[in-house]
Amino acid sequence: MIDYSEKNKVLQVEHLKQYFNQGKPNEVRAVDDISFDVYKGETFGLVGESGSGKTTVGRAIIHLYEPTSGKIIFDGQDVSKLRTKQQKQHFRREMQMIFQDPYASLNPRMKVKDIVAEGIDINHLAKDDADRTHQVEELLETVGLNKDHSSRYPHEFSGGQRQRIGIARALAVQPQFIIADEPISALDVSIQAQVVNLLKKLQRDRNLTYLFIAHDLSMVKYISDRIGVMHYGRMLEIASSDEIYAHPLHDYTASLLSAVPVPDPEYERARVQIPYDASKEFDGKPRKLVEIAPHHWIRASEDELPMYQKRLEEKSRVKK
Amino acid sequence: MENDKNILEVRNLKINFNTYAGTVKAIRDVSFDLRKGETLAIVGESGSGKTVTTRSIMGLNSPNAVIDGGTIMFKNQDLLKKTRKQMDEIRGNDIAEIFQDPMTSLDPTMKIGKQIAEPLIIHKGMKREKAYAQALEMMKLVGIENAEQRINNYPHQFSGGMRQRIVIAIALVNYPEILIADEPTTALDVTIQAQILDLMKELQAKINTSIIFITHDLGVVAGMADRVAVMYAGKIVEYGTVDEIFYNPKHPYTWGLLNSMPTMDTTGTELPSIPGTPPDLLDPPKGDAFAARNKYALEIDTKQEPPFFKVSDTHYAATWLLDPRAPKMTPPEQIIERQKHYAKLTHKTIDQHKDTHVEEQEEQL
Repeated sequence: MIDYSEKNKVLQVEHLKQYFNQGKPNEVRAVDDISFDVYKGETFGLVGESGSGKTTVGRAIIHLYEPTSGKIIFDGQDVSKLRTKQQKQHFRREMQMIFQDPYASLNPRMKVKDIVAEGIDINHLAKDDADRTHQVEELLETVGLNKDHSSRYPHEFSGGQRQRIGIARALAVQPQFIIADEPISALDVSIQAQVVNLLKKLQRDRNLTYLFIAHDLSMVKYISDRIGVMHYGRMLEIASSDEIYAHPLHDYTASLLSAVPVPDPEYERARVQIPYDASKEFDGKPRKLVEIAPHHWIRASEDELPMYQKRLEEKSRVKK
Repeated sequence: MENDKNILEVRNLKINFNTYAGTVKAIRDVSFDLRKGETLAIVGESGSGKTVTTRSIMGLNSPNAVIDGGTIMFKNQDLLKKTRKQMDEIRGNDIAEIFQDPMTSLDPTMKIGKQIAEPLIIHKGMKREKAYAQALEMMKLVGIENAEQRINNYPHQFSGGMRQRIVIAIALVNYPEILIADEPTTALDVTIQAQILDLMKELQAKINTSIIFITHDLGVVAGMADRVAVMYAGKIVEYGTVDEIFYNPKHPYTWGLLNSMPTMDTTGTELPSIPGTPPDLLDPPKGDAFAARNKYALEIDTKQEPPFFKVSDTHYAATWLLDPRAPKMTPPEQIIERQKHYAKLTHKTIDQHKDTHVEEQEEQL
């Protein structure tokens, strides 16, 4: 079980804002005041439609962008205040990323062993050439590839295998935190399950923490301990994955869940999609995330709170 | 045509691709029917041949494709024997297609009104004004608001979901008898996907077209299909009604596919996955192509290809497990759950039949 105590927080995102083209007519508020915490050893799922800002959040956390405002605190340190080379290198070792497109994220002109060992070389983690080869082979075996694969090029592999190479590369520097941005969307159904199983196994073996970004809600539910729902650059609801699927409080969450196709013809014939009216979000009332029940957060204005409280009571009554 | 109810009959289709590496046997003896007004879903992984099958129906395969045998009968004519010019007349008129990516299937330099009216002008020889009027009707039908103004917009002025609505309008403007939808919602968000799928169902009822729906998303199949064909390595391995495939699957590959998709209720530390990867069709394996990934494989699977075994009048599966001589195998736990549900379902309908039967008798008395 995950320890949800204050000291076990590994990542704190506080009032993160990420605007593009700031001050210009084409300003985009991709992420607009988002706060959440990730605890050690858990998988935090981030879901939302395209354009909701979930990928931008991931990229801002790994410091590919300089945040417009707000703080990202990883391991007790503000990510944008890392000054010395050592601090930066330490951060990059601790946090790694797995990308969506296994075809575009591997350099086609590098051999697999050099792709995987790049982090090892930069961080001087190998004593000598033999040690480097040994580490690479071990990593490849960890992710279910063969050690003979190490001298091949990316184009010789299938999508699922390439994603395994991407995972091996991320693991090479022994990180504690991995951001996986839609790591399985580009893969076939039968291969998706293989990669998800691998990610789960690695998490158990190495006590990894994941930020899992995806739009496939059933897969996110399966892999995540907690889930945050994003819409228009804002976080609307955060709860444990069971809670959010059983008792979605926010209308948007309910609407999103009602749209997920389920491989069950009887369910599909009876399915009613709940429409969502987004105009409510722009009525100008100040809203913020409120912890309405233990570990269940919802974005609400003051006058909406009683309504959500009532909903929560009704839903938990149904459960009993 | 063998059956009046069929609008399309594909028989023993074999298609090879000549590549530098050798001949890829992409379609290896595929046969199926499409009934009037039904939705047939073809599911399978990438490379299983679902897209190549429909491209052959449309006559749109790339130049290195070689037809190695078979027929595609439509209105008592073999589409494979048609010339390019003859196919041009059928395509977009009797048979239309919705492609996967709404971003690339529209012409970015042409106003959408013209793109929707074009099939009417080309195939029906309609005058411009009349074609545009009908295009406008079609835009309203697929749910584009302010159609009068938006008819003069370019594709980049629409969102992904709206663009897919335009693509659907173009495909349906001639009331085609067959609509091929190749992963039409894969590029869309779930909420938009649900809207587009509802729209397709609604329009199908209105204009009574038959749909071949290609997808790898079994959730979408469950909602859309009347019948389902499962493809693996260039072959159909199982087909039946949607209930038969989802609640009473017989082929181990169908089991694997159904199990590897988590539902909202799936828990546990490991998802049941299918090990390995699909075979290389440059050199297809002997016997059952799925044998290497199949933990239920029998010895005969590596030697001889399984024929189709009949499960019901509408349900067939190509697996040796259905042979009377095969040893008894217990399917995975989740599949047994599905089969229990199926037993309940069929009982219910039988009971209903009984009830009506009794009532009829009572009336007679």
